[in-house]
Amino acid sequence: MISTILLSKIEVGSHFYFFFPNGSHFHLETLLVSSLVISLLSIFVFISTKNLQNVPTNLQNFAEVLYDFVKNIAFTQLGPSYYKQFLPFVATIFFFVLGSNWAGALIPWKIFELPQGELSAPTNDINTTACLAILTSITYFFAGFKIKGLGYFKRYIKPSVFLLPINIIEDFTKPLSLNFRLFGNIVADELTVSVLCSLVPLIVPIPIMVLGIFASSIQALIFATLSSAYIAEVIE
Amino acid sequence: MVDSLIAAASVIAAAVAVGFAGIGPGIGQGNAAGQAVEGIARQPEAEGKIRGTLLLSFAFMEALTIYGLVVALSLLFANPFVG
Repeated sequence: MISTILLSKIEVGSHFYFFFPNGSHFHLETLLVSSLVISLLSIFVFISTKNLQNVPTNLQNFAEVLYDFVKNIAFTQLGPSYYKQFLPFVATIFFFVLGSNWAGALIPWKIFELPQGELSAPTNDINTTACLAILTSITYFFAGFKIKGLGYFKRYIKPSVFLLPINIIEDFTKPLSLNFRLFGNIVADELTVSVLCSLVPLIVPIPIMVLGIFASSIQALIFATLSSAYIAEVIE
Repeated sequence: MVDSLIAAASVIAAAVAVGFAGIGPGIGQGNAAGQAVEGIARQPEAEGKIRGTLLLSFAFMEALTIYGLVVALSLLFANPFVG
């Protein structure tokens, strides 16, 4: 009985801290899994584009399909004249979020024991999603300044002047909602699976796990779509 | 005494947060799904496009429930009022 409960002990917000001598610290398990995701993605891109051919073979075919997918996300939001400029950002966001969500869902991290916390999706940590959301808002500020210059500030009094405070608040709520949407979805999924595992450890959690894999890919799509929509809103 | 009161209030508040956050998106998702089915019935060849848009808007509505869930989780696991 005890071992069953320990097998799927529910841990929220406990992390494996790594301390530097000067007192600063970070979450080691998040850093480990996200660097694994980044290196896997880089290796895939490197291998699949090593010798490009006119008639693509297996791996290059797959890479081209992925490229077309993210190109469509950026193209439908940003339009034909701007999408190329922001495609690298959107694609990076999409593949990192997708990779980290699936890394948490598909790899059996329970095999590895940590003294504190557990290895799971990097997006399970609110710092990762906050970083991605802040990157998005930095990017749309940059896009606005680069393309519109100082005329960017006209956006704040666009429909009329008395909407100025709401437009300023919107700049803060955009990254906040991006952040909580991704974090909450991933945590909710893992929590549901672990609660079900502690109740019925056999078969029953499997549909929820499949739903989680589907939902986390949708979340990656949402994050990329929304960040390109925010950029498009600024530069329109 | 005060701590146990805070704990009890937090548990009830977490339940209320998730429960009420579920109502609105539930109604909204039902409406959206109904309209999508209607659209598919009227125009079956547009099914792929409708499904994509439907899933995207589902995720937006779901986010509202998730906000409630985040509040509930922070009340349960990272309560700022205890200790």
